[in-house]
Amino acid sequence: MDKRITEAGVLARLADGMTVGIGGWGSRRKPMSLVRAIARSELRDLTIVSFGGPDVGLLCAAGKVKKLVYGFVSLDSIPLDPHFRAARQKGAVEVMELDEGMLQWGLYAASLRLPFLPTRAGLGSDVLVHHPELRTVRSPYGDEELVAMPALPLDVALCHVHRADARGNTALLGPDPFFDELFLGAATQRFVSCERLIPTAELATHGLPSLRINRMLVDGVVEAPGGAGFTDCEPDYGRDEAAQRAYCEDVARYLA
Amino acid sequence: MTGDFTLADVCAVACAEAFCGDGEILASPIGLIPTLGARLARATFAPELLLTDGVARLVDSDGVVEGWMPYRSVFDVVWSGRRHVLMGATQIDRYGNQNIAAIGDYKKPRAQLLGPRGAPGNTINHATSYFVPQHSTKVFVERVDYVCGLGYDRAAALGEGGRFHEIRRVITNLGVFDFQSADRTMRLRSIHPGVRLDDVVARTGFVLVVPPDPPTSRAPTVEELALLRRFDPESRAERELRS
Repeated sequence: MDKRITEAGVLARLADGMTVGIGGWGSRRKPMSLVRAIARSELRDLTIVSFGGPDVGLLCAAGKVKKLVYGFVSLDSIPLDPHFRAARQKGAVEVMELDEGMLQWGLYAASLRLPFLPTRAGLGSDVLVHHPELRTVRSPYGDEELVAMPALPLDVALCHVHRADARGNTALLGPDPFFDELFLGAATQRFVSCERLIPTAELATHGLPSLRINRMLVDGVVEAPGGAGFTDCEPDYGRDEAAQRAYCEDVARYLA
Repeated sequence: MTGDFTLADVCAVACAEAFCGDGEILASPIGLIPTLGARLARATFAPELLLTDGVARLVDSDGVVEGWMPYRSVFDVVWSGRRHVLMGATQIDRYGNQNIAAIGDYKKPRAQLLGPRGAPGNTINHATSYFVPQHSTKVFVERVDYVCGLGYDRAAALGEGGRFHEIRRVITNLGVFDFQSADRTMRLRSIHPGVRLDDVVARTGFVLVVPPDPPTSRAPTVEELALLRRFDPESRAERELRS
């Protein structure tokens, strides 16, 4: 049960046109080393599902994206990602802009193998106007009409975690696990990069609440120290603001 | 400056007052002045409010951690209704419909902004207020390009589904506004000290409901001013109004 894999090994499992979910949130704990590998690859026409940060901007700049599914795209300390904006303003990518809670719900539905989950979020907003394929459903216990948020199944999920063992068990040590568990649950192929590979016996020393993502949700583990950089990966390292500014100003260096 | 307090102080006090009576709920201010307002409320008349540090910790007004609020839990709180968000708006119309997603066409916007973020789910589930640092006809428009946060017309059209909708306040650099008018369109609630009424009207791109004698927005008390100086020793709030 050794799930260690290289970056190249992960890339070999991806194909043109796939739907790829990317964990993390904004410019926080993004699997940037894997994202950069995709940006430099020959892959194309990907659908990217993300609580968006520089993962989205970088893949847009690299011309890898056919469609984006997101609630927002932001770099936190820099509110708007210039490369994502440029792609949108050129009309270069198809989009499904959702309320953030709807995005969570779609991933959760996929991870539970449900066709949809009901919610009020989105009702009355232009999210439903722009996406008539998003349907509503009437409560069978009353008259209330709710959004039937469809499942968002993924071909692949990519996440970056703090620690993992070779079996694919992980420890998240930061203040927020974000929605990584849902991305991995919604995907057919699940890959995590980690700051450090550790022996299984060491996992519990980080405390049980940090062990939310176990090997049932992981097919491959890439050891990638600094793999979330320049995004925030507390407590291992914070965001590299200078590198983030450099990414905004000159994305070419990330594509070379 | 008007006396010893600044326009930013008046805005922060107005932001604080938006949370009056909310009780034990999560206050989610976005931006510096809204955050100062929520901390001020928490430290004075609304000690029940819960605040985050902007990451995942619930903290009191002195920054002492009192709980955990990761994003995975945030939507549970949003959908439970135990939250009041005080957020920004790129465009707002007379019914309070709000846009932060994009300007122009959805398929090829003239200016892509954040995306809808949580605005659709916020506005249909719990109280929402907006803070606009530069009141202008570019923000207060006849029609927003993209309805992210619902206004009163959209919420009313939903019937039962819109029953948790409330836009409590809109706070700008010129005044405080609400939707407590007969037709639920935006109404001037108070005007900031030193601001002229005709300026407010001219810088609003739709017909604003103006009561006969609009009151002046409340000035901060001595205690409030001391707290605001402690929370923002470098007066960064002033810069937010000019940015």
